[in-house]
Amino acid sequence: MVKKGAWVRIHNVVLTPDQRASQVPDDTKKVPLEMWVKGRLMDDADIGDTVIIRTRTNREAKGVLLEENPHYWHNFGKFVPELLKVSEQVWAALFGGDQA
Amino acid sequence: MTNNSYNEVMARRSEIIKKAVGIDYGKYEIDRIAFDYEQMMNDVGYSLDEVRRIQLDRAVGNTPLIELRNITELARKYAPAGHGARIFVKDEAANASGSYKARRAALSVYEAKKKGYKGVIAATSGNYGAAVASQAAMAGLRSIIVQETYDSRGVGQPEIIEKARKCEALGAEVVQLSVGPELFYSVLLLLEKTGYYNASLYTPTAVASVETLGYEIAEQCREKLGRDPDVVIATNAGGGNLTGTARGLIKANCKAKVVAASVNLRGLHMASDTQFNKKSFTTGHTGFGMPFSTWPDRTDVPRSAARPMRYMEDYLTVAQGEVFYITEMLATLEGLEKGPAGNTALAVAFGYAQTMPRDAILVVQETEYTGAGKHVQPQLSFARDNGIDIHFGNPKDEVPGESIILPEDPSLIAPIKQDMNRLRQSLIRNATKELQEELTNEEVNFLADETNTNANYVKDVVNRLQEK
Repeated sequence: MVKKGAWVRIHNVVLTPDQRASQVPDDTKKVPLEMWVKGRLMDDADIGDTVIIRTRTNREAKGVLLEENPHYWHNFGKFVPELLKVSEQVWAALFGGDQA
Repeated sequence: MTNNSYNEVMARRSEIIKKAVGIDYGKYEIDRIAFDYEQMMNDVGYSLDEVRRIQLDRAVGNTPLIELRNITELARKYAPAGHGARIFVKDEAANASGSYKARRAALSVYEAKKKGYKGVIAATSGNYGAAVASQAAMAGLRSIIVQETYDSRGVGQPEIIEKARKCEALGAEVVQLSVGPELFYSVLLLLEKTGYYNASLYTPTAVASVETLGYEIAEQCREKLGRDPDVVIATNAGGGNLTGTARGLIKANCKAKVVAASVNLRGLHMASDTQFNKKSFTTGHTGFGMPFSTWPDRTDVPRSAARPMRYMEDYLTVAQGEVFYITEMLATLEGLEKGPAGNTALAVAFGYAQTMPRDAILVVQETEYTGAGKHVQPQLSFARDNGIDIHFGNPKDEVPGESIILPEDPSLIAPIKQDMNRLRQSLIRNATKELQEELTNEEVNFLADETNTNANYVKDVVNRLQEK
């Protein structure tokens, strides 16, 4: 159970595949236009319920409750060894490899 | 009840936009295709000094101009004797929100506040979102940023997720969408519902705000070097960056050549769900740069104030691998860690400087902030996870969506010159394709201005198009 007032993320479908714009490429036309937005939950609900939230601009938005206290997952990724090679290479090209 | 189907909302678009921008574009229309661009820009109603003052009051502008001595030295190693211009960079990451886009947002938000709007809305997955959020926070206005974020698998570029984070950190509401041009439809619905100001990137205000950047470049070169720059390179996507910078240089009476730079993403469809996460640049690429240059009036306002073909003298493209390489070079050799997208013009500069004499001055007009997600490391890591083949070789062999080729050595950083005449002809073809009757004199002159050519050039192109 997620409590009223909790900070949550919801999801909904803005346009179903058959409602999409005519100029959209074929692969995109096969899938719906989806939307995600965050806000405060207006009433107690469970994950998966259709709910109403109040966003930061005081707007009401409706959708399926995805998560409470949504967090960012982005980071610096996995090590890319090529970047170290670039760094060593440009240093050597300008200042000489052996002096590095 | 109002009908909110895609077609119904799009049919209401001009009425919604008029309310949300407060400009009557109709009064600038001259003929079927011509309109009074200069009058539209004059009606912004602020002098360059006023714009500067407004921006400086909001932690925008007066960014450092930094000489890249080591990169210049390295470029000279690969240049013909006597060649290798001095390369400078305008450190726009020093603006309040971490990019030059702060300039663009400053005046728009100021306008919105003055006109009594309660909030602003911007459609952007890029630095402009953070810029609008930052300026709105300073002005005490609400902001909504609408982003194209995920593909149908729910996967999003780390760079775009980072921008969402930054917007939210600055108090904005971020509406995230899956891939598709109907983002504009969602924006229209939000504008209608909230009555907020449309902080479009393409209003006269938004483009006039960039004039201070060009003006500062001329001023700083004169102060520091006692002379004007010879070449200014601007990354080109929607065209506002180049247009504003060029207009600022002109206002400073500076005759520097203005050169456009874009990442080559040829072959990738910008509205494709399956190709969305195959690219490593979400802006500054040819997918925007080419269509927006040759047909500017494809934006969220009836007449775009960004008209780069009026000002650019050269247009060069680079591969994604070249931009990632130069980003690492900038960190290693100059001690400046910046976001990759903002280094597109720098990658072009490294090659371009080699075609110029040693005493010439070349200015790269921007940098952008970097951090988790929005950095060469996570962007390459993400590309690799999405099946992109990353290796060393000749960047000319890079296939957008399939490979990212890092130059085997710095001599292989070789920007490709685009055919300016083809671009000019393409603009003329796009502008005239719906016309049944001959062009009026005013229309010919308009197209001459649009392509930075003359009436004979335009007539000649039109005649050749008709023969076809």
